Amino acid sequence: MTARPPHAKTPKLELIDVHKSYGRTPVLRGMTMDVAEHDVVCLIGPSGCGKSTLLRCVDLLDPIASGQILLDGADITARGVSADDVRRRVGIVFQSFNLFPHLTVLDNVTLAARRVHHVSKRDAEAKANELLERFGLAGLARSYPNRISGGQNQRAAIVRALMGQPELLLLDEVTSALDPELVGEVLGLIGELADGGMTMVLATHEMGFAREVADKVCFLSDGRVLESGPPSQLFEDPQQPRTQQFLRLVHQAGRI
Amino acid sequence: MPAPNKSADDDIRVPDQNPRPDGSSAERLGFWVRHETLKPALIAVASTVVVFGAGVWFVVSSPNWPAVKNQFFNPDDFAAAWPDVLDGFWRNLQMFAYSMLAIPVLALVIAVARSLRGPAFFPIRFLATAFTDVMRGIPLILLILLLGFGLPALQLPGLPKSAMFWGVTALTLSYSAYTAEIYRSGIDAVPESQRASARSLGLSQIQALRYAILPQAIRNVVPALMNTVVSLQKDVALVSVLGVRDAVREAQIYTSRTFNYTSYVAATVLFLLISIPLTRFVDWYAARDRARMSDQQR
Repeated sequence: MTARPPHAKTPKLELIDVHKSYGRTPVLRGMTMDVAEHDVVCLIGPSGCGKSTLLRCVDLLDPIASGQILLDGADITARGVSADDVRRRVGIVFQSFNLFPHLTVLDNVTLAARRVHHVSKRDAEAKANELLERFGLAGLARSYPNRISGGQNQRAAIVRALMGQPELLLLDEVTSALDPELVGEVLGLIGELADGGMTMVLATHEMGFAREVADKVCFLSDGRVLESGPPSQLFEDPQQPRTQQFLRLVHQAGRI
Repeated sequence: MPAPNKSADDDIRVPDQNPRPDGSSAERLGFWVRHETLKPALIAVASTVVVFGAGVWFVVSSPNWPAVKNQFFNPDDFAAAWPDVLDGFWRNLQMFAYSMLAIPVLALVIAVARSLRGPAFFPIRFLATAFTDVMRGIPLILLILLLGFGLPALQLPGLPKSAMFWGVTALTLSYSAYTAEIYRSGIDAVPESQRASARSLGLSQIQALRYAILPQAIRNVVPALMNTVVSLQKDVALVSVLGVRDAVREAQIYTSRTFNYTSYVAATVLFLLISIPLTRFVDWYAARDRARMSDQQR
């Protein structure tokens, strides 16, 4: 990783004291963090710590109870902000791929371009084919999602999210539903995106990968960022006892 | 998938002339298979003849059979009633066709209205829910009677007076409520994550429904929808209570004139001529759909 200039400018994404509950269960309890442009931020932490909820809230798929989410300094949770406009700037990829099963890979990738942005079929497919080729999926354009592997599904889902040229890409445990031998191809793709300067926030259990690709790692616990820092510091010299305990357990499970 | 690449392995595969491992040729194997399928077929025919023969014998041997035969299965009456009943049946098919055009559209509107989320859509959701509840709560025959006799009685200018029109309207309203519920169960069966991923791509709620959710939802419920079609085809006969001279009404008229019920059998035959092939088609389609779902590739 090259050294980056100090983050003097407005962060790409900023969360200020975000609260969110599902029913009576609080999930986010004062989440505060920021993501600089071109940075890769990895969210780690035990199940239920709020990683996925955080990402869903940033994509406005779930409303927040209080706090602010700023994209380029503008509050996207404010009244009058069109969720569709925000989602066109932010891409999200889910754990379970969620390709549309009735559409081919190519149609999945071009759907939003054609129906939302009204790009012609030819232009959309040309661009999609270019992306599919770049990520080694050229041969699968005409295949249906249930005929290709989980890894291929997930890579296609990432390509689908990239089609809208998002300024920020959210990845929600994108390798957790994959067979171990398929994890590599998806992480490889994400690594490529990171090298290309894509701003990303990824919730992950792949600690090795997080250490390698992240500019910043946030340890989440009970709906808050308990500790954050560069991977070298967070993984090798965690300050908080909860972080130390979590990393020790992960280490024992052989995931580091 | 077309794969017209001539590669080396084309020379290796010549499957038709391959000898069987046990030395028998494919042709002999085919004969053996045919012979083996003959036996079950014969058993099936024999048992069918026995069972149905027993059933027919049981009915025919009843003491009152000659009278019933004369009242219900009189060939002369059948021939005499047939032209009018057939003429009436044509009207049944017309009403069937009109409702078939209106129901899928209205039902889809209601189903979509009920699936819209957000407080802004509450009035639409409420109206759609009220419509389904009321329409499903009224027995179809009452709905036909109320609309068919009630609305023309208002004598409002511009409102059609044709009994057939109101019959079709009643059928459409009632069946749309049921069909909307079928659509909705299909929509609900599509995982929430599909909606989330469609919305995350920037699709609006309506666009997500149209391009991502509905295609999957409708595919899920095609067999159920087609069963509704079979049911509608028969329920069209209920419109006869309004005096529409459909097959049932014509049969009734013949009966009241002659005191012979063969005309009802004639009407029954006509309905069966449509509904049995329709039912077979539904089964065939459902089976094909299942096969396609498990082997989905262009």
